[in-house]
Amino acid sequence: MGEELKLHGTSESPFSLRVVWALKLKGIPYDFVEEDLFNKSALLLQYNPVHKKIPVLVHAGKPICESMIIIEYIEEMWPHTPLLPTHVYDRNIARFWVKFAEDKGPAVWRTFRTTGEELAKAIKESLEMLEIVEEHSLGDKKYFNGEKIGMVDIAFGSILYWLCVNEEVLGVKLFEPHKFPRLHKWFQNFQEVPVIKHNLPNRDNLIVFFKRRRESLEASVA
Amino acid sequence: MITHPLLEATENQAKNQGKVKWKEKTKSSDMGCGLVDTLKRVELALRVKSIPYEYIEEDLSNKSPLLLHYNPVHKKIPVLVHNGKPLAESMIILEYIEESWKNAPRLLPEDPYQRAQTRFWASFVQQLFEAVLKLVTSKEEEHEKTIEEAYEKLEVLEKGMREFFGDGGRRIDGQNLGVLNIMVSAVLATHKANEEVFRVKIVDPERFPLMFSWVEQLNEVPLVKEVVPPHDKVVALLHFVRENGLNPSSS
Repeated sequence: MGEELKLHGTSESPFSLRVVWALKLKGIPYDFVEEDLFNKSALLLQYNPVHKKIPVLVHAGKPICESMIIIEYIEEMWPHTPLLPTHVYDRNIARFWVKFAEDKGPAVWRTFRTTGEELAKAIKESLEMLEIVEEHSLGDKKYFNGEKIGMVDIAFGSILYWLCVNEEVLGVKLFEPHKFPRLHKWFQNFQEVPVIKHNLPNRDNLIVFFKRRRESLEASVA
Repeated sequence: MITHPLLEATENQAKNQGKVKWKEKTKSSDMGCGLVDTLKRVELALRVKSIPYEYIEEDLSNKSPLLLHYNPVHKKIPVLVHNGKPLAESMIILEYIEESWKNAPRLLPEDPYQRAQTRFWASFVQQLFEAVLKLVTSKEEEHEKTIEEAYEKLEVLEKGMREFFGDGGRRIDGQNLGVLNIMVSAVLATHKANEEVFRVKIVDPERFPLMFSWVEQLNEVPLVKEVVPPHDKVVALLHFVRENGLNPSSS
């Protein structure tokens, strides 16, 4: 395209990461603008006045918000290395699962921000989400998108990576292999994909970061 | 089994001859917001594209194993069946219709950037829908809080839509409705009925003049008139739902 492409995001955001994966899988060059979420840039507020959130993709000065909407845009502008199936029916099944990830994923983010009863509820909902995906979505496929990873893999990949980080933070096993054999195998395969492997935030750093956050969270409710 | 005024109990043994089968899972409590919104989104889209469809009504108190097979994940309406293959979730069905029937009129803009913007706002209208649904299903004590949530969404829409459509203002092409018109119709077309029954202003013309006039214009469109039940019927349904303590729900 030759026009300027900037991604406003942060290194600790699973949503930012999704867009990074999509861009790198397609080999699209872009500039990454690291935002400080406690001191959001004027540009970010201008680009995303509605939610004031990252990620925002700015293409030739025009902003696009919401990670999965951004990825649909990328898919349409740069159709090589497709992230959605070619057959119309399958594409829309994929969109269904993306929506499912968007609707149920927040339970996982809540496990980071809650304590006590609310935490127990968030954990329960996260597990329910995994159960449904295990039973209804993957089937015998290697990836959600078939032989190559796609949008649905990206959507769930970020959720699972952060969930596993939180297992360490909370000291609770959530994503157990005997309970979720298909998902486990898929997740291993997913992390082996070169673009994914080389674009995962350092797990230990994330664990330290979130452990510290949990400590202050628990101190504040004690 | 509860019966109610709007449910026409016609069991269509429609044969699938390459036509679209539009299965509606209706429960007498899928009224008010639920009935008028998500079920009608798909109908509007099909009519805009002049796609022939067969409408099959299902009574939830007599759950069809076929419906559960078609939508095991949510067990929700609406489900569109095209040549025997099911699709759930209304916005996704709209995307599917768009891709499968490439004839004009288009439901989404051609330009990818405009498409992204439309998807963003459509998802926001969905959030408004959820806020309004909360209002309808919550207890009276909670109304004040839930209406505030709806107002927040409406304020963003009021501002956002002004910018989105620019100074040209909102001119609706009745033949060429598009996703946003469809979504706004579906969610807000019956706001006056909701306001009457719940005694609260939702789309206040003073606070939200753009949204108010948009909905007024949409309600004049013949296609919308065909699909949205008349005011009195919706009011009757909403009263019915309230009196029977039923819980409208939808996808």
